[in-house]
Amino acid sequence: MDNNAVLTMRHISKNFPGVVALSDVDFTLRAGEIHALMGENGAGKSTLIKVLTGVEEFETGTIRMAGMDHDLINKSPQMAQGNGISTVYQEVNLCPNLSVAENLFLGREPKRAGIIDWKTMNKKSREILGNLNIDIDVTRSLEHYSLALQQMFAIARAVDLSARVLILDEPTSSLDEHEVEKLFSLMKKLKGDGVGIIFVTHFLEQVYKVCDKITVLRNGCLVGEYEVENLPRVQLVAKMMGKDFDDVSAIKKEKKIIEEDANIKIIEAKALAHEGSIKPFDLVLKKGEVIGLSGLLGSGRSELARAIYGADKPDEGELFVKGQKIVVSAPIDAMKSGMSYLPENRKEEGIIAELSVRENIIIALQAKKGMFKLLGKKEQEEFADKYIELLQIKTASRETPIKQLSGGNQQKVILGRWLLTNPEFLILDEPTRGIDIGTKTEIQKLVLKLAGEGMSVMFISSEIEEMIRTCSRMIVMRDGRKVGELEEHELSQMSIMKAIAGGSENE
Amino acid sequence: MSSSKSLIKKVTGFRLFLPLACLFLVLIINVIKTPTFFNITIQNGVLYGYIIDVINRGSELVIFAVGMTLVVAASGGTDISVGAVSALAGAVCCFVLSGGEQSTDFYHAPYILGVVAAILIGAICGAWNGFLVAKLKIQPMVATLILFTAGRGIAQLLTDGQMIYLRVDHFKMLGASIPGVPLPTPVFVAIIVVILTYFLLKKTALGLYIETVGCNSKAARLVGLNSTAIKFLTYTFCGFCSGIAGLIITSRVYSIDANNAGLNLELDAILAVALGGNSLGGGKFSLLGSVIGAYTIQALTTTLYAMSISADQIPVYKAIVVVIIVTLQSPEFTKMRTALAAKIASGKTAKEAA
Repeated sequence: MDNNAVLTMRHISKNFPGVVALSDVDFTLRAGEIHALMGENGAGKSTLIKVLTGVEEFETGTIRMAGMDHDLINKSPQMAQGNGISTVYQEVNLCPNLSVAENLFLGREPKRAGIIDWKTMNKKSREILGNLNIDIDVTRSLEHYSLALQQMFAIARAVDLSARVLILDEPTSSLDEHEVEKLFSLMKKLKGDGVGIIFVTHFLEQVYKVCDKITVLRNGCLVGEYEVENLPRVQLVAKMMGKDFDDVSAIKKEKKIIEEDANIKIIEAKALAHEGSIKPFDLVLKKGEVIGLSGLLGSGRSELARAIYGADKPDEGELFVKGQKIVVSAPIDAMKSGMSYLPENRKEEGIIAELSVRENIIIALQAKKGMFKLLGKKEQEEFADKYIELLQIKTASRETPIKQLSGGNQQKVILGRWLLTNPEFLILDEPTRGIDIGTKTEIQKLVLKLAGEGMSVMFISSEIEEMIRTCSRMIVMRDGRKVGELEEHELSQMSIMKAIAGGSENE
Repeated sequence: MSSSKSLIKKVTGFRLFLPLACLFLVLIINVIKTPTFFNITIQNGVLYGYIIDVINRGSELVIFAVGMTLVVAASGGTDISVGAVSALAGAVCCFVLSGGEQSTDFYHAPYILGVVAAILIGAICGAWNGFLVAKLKIQPMVATLILFTAGRGIAQLLTDGQMIYLRVDHFKMLGASIPGVPLPTPVFVAIIVVILTYFLLKKTALGLYIETVGCNSKAARLVGLNSTAIKFLTYTFCGFCSGIAGLIITSRVYSIDANNAGLNLELDAILAVALGGNSLGGGKFSLLGSVIGAYTIQALTTTLYAMSISADQIPVYKAIVVVIIVTLQSPEFTKMRTALAAKIASGKTAKEAA
């Protein structure tokens, strides 16, 4: 069966100081196969990839490539590339200011008499992309194209470097549904050409859509290799979690809060707009309601939230909080009226990397209180401990710099930061992106619990399933415009997709 | 064994360990080269000696370094105008007190007026820098380059291109000493500035705000901080410090020479911040580290003078020592050091097991 194997890794072990990152892991990739590498954060997926591509050394074990008569030890990603193993990361590692063709041929430009042969380069680039059914102007600079296309260029470059093994590390995290589809058809084409693809992702749906095999890791150990059709979703999750975990779909919406409370309008926006990103919109949010914002990437779903919070100051329209008109010129104004906002981009807008978990938790409350009312040391420690325990944040101590925490735990710290300010209205922009499934479920449960206690929540996510589970109403956005609103009983994958895509009744 | 190991780890893990170690290194070299380095004598009720000289002469640099630390921490940039601003502040003070005359032996205006004017002009210059950096978002080095070049020019305009002499004994006290006090006055001024700043940072949330803004100004805004105002504040404070330093510089020579007062001190101030183990990219900072860095630089300068190296050659020796210190503190070197320590430790445990 393994005659077809293009890459075999056997008994791979790797230790970091104090931690066993990989212990006796086997992995087999066959030609013309899309192979999902699954596991929670810290399971060892990234380490396995790093070991394979020479970013990290490994201690014991062997790696073999088909057609190579000796063991393979890559010392650097360049060397791995030379050996036919290419990696495309979530963040595209290309030069935005160079043309597409230049990016494709960077470091190996076709030359004539020592001078770059632009004609050949552009022609070849068109051929390479043409093979992948991408038809664009290769002489324009990379930054003109969407992230999805950039990623495809990166893949094209990797494949053209005669990759036999292509590693895609969370390639879909920043893509919208449509772009993901395009990527998948590209992957399937490469698969047909006999390339072995290792696909690392957090999205279960995508695994079942495109993969042939699944290898599951947990705590640095191999759990097993499975055919996709033989491993139902619930079982996959159980294998990743290592326990019979209460399936995400089993989350029940909490009881609605008492009816008379439910009529208090916490937030009311009238013709609020931000030039260039969001057209005037009306919105009413009631107490204890979880409202979803869905739409494709760039549809204005984040921008709508940012306009309400004052992250991007709205330039027209009115905003009412509990019936009172307020003017939000900066986030602090929104905070003072009881709002809080967990931004989409955790790394750039959420965490304050160098500072400790404690400081990251108390900073918003401190900012709200003002400069001269410094929270006491003891008070700060109590707050930090409270949320570390409440949200089960895994950290060495409260004084650990937040950058040392895993993505999911960072997100919990930021959640804690906002819960500490005791908000009445919580905006969560992609709170579960790039974090493991266990934490995802915890966050979804927390949202429902908070709403049950009377907090109003605005939930933005690219995962429609997640939104259906948590939201009691959904607003659909398209091209910076609010195009529809769905009540709870109307919520289904199909109805939302239709609204996003723009059916006839919405036009 | 393990307790002593953990003690070593604790000591070397301490944030100020390296800056302090560097300071001691410089001091030890001093003692070897100049055995009299730590000798202190009393003349006319005032303490004298190399070490006193280091603490005294380092005062302006300490004050500059305090302001520079906050600017670096909040904006990830440096204020290169501090030397020129201190010259301008000194010129304003002399101009006010001399009533515009070139040489005088009595005050034409109350002393306090001169002091306030100098500090005020320093703060105004700082506010101007802050406006350019925080509000107009001009690169700090470019923004402060304006006053770096124009500051001394404005001072020249004020003094008509001449030096102003203030031959008043009272005026000399700030830069020398007050009768009956054994330590030079600048030492006290520096200590007061450091202590006041320290309490301003630790007893209010300002320290946390500055670190947050310097670390991630986008996130800072979203948690409700006014990044612009905080950056502006640090530049203004830095100008305020330059004003105070300018007063000391002027008082030392009881005159103002706008061309040379505080010359090149901005570079020493930036260096002091770096030697203190602070990242010039902004974010977390240590005020004490910068103070130690400032004294290290001054100790180095005094050492070189004590070794009777001519003033022209001093920069060469200074550069060599700075290269060594900066290398010691570089991330790559730290990595090598910890790897080596781990190797030694594992070797030891292996030996013990055997």
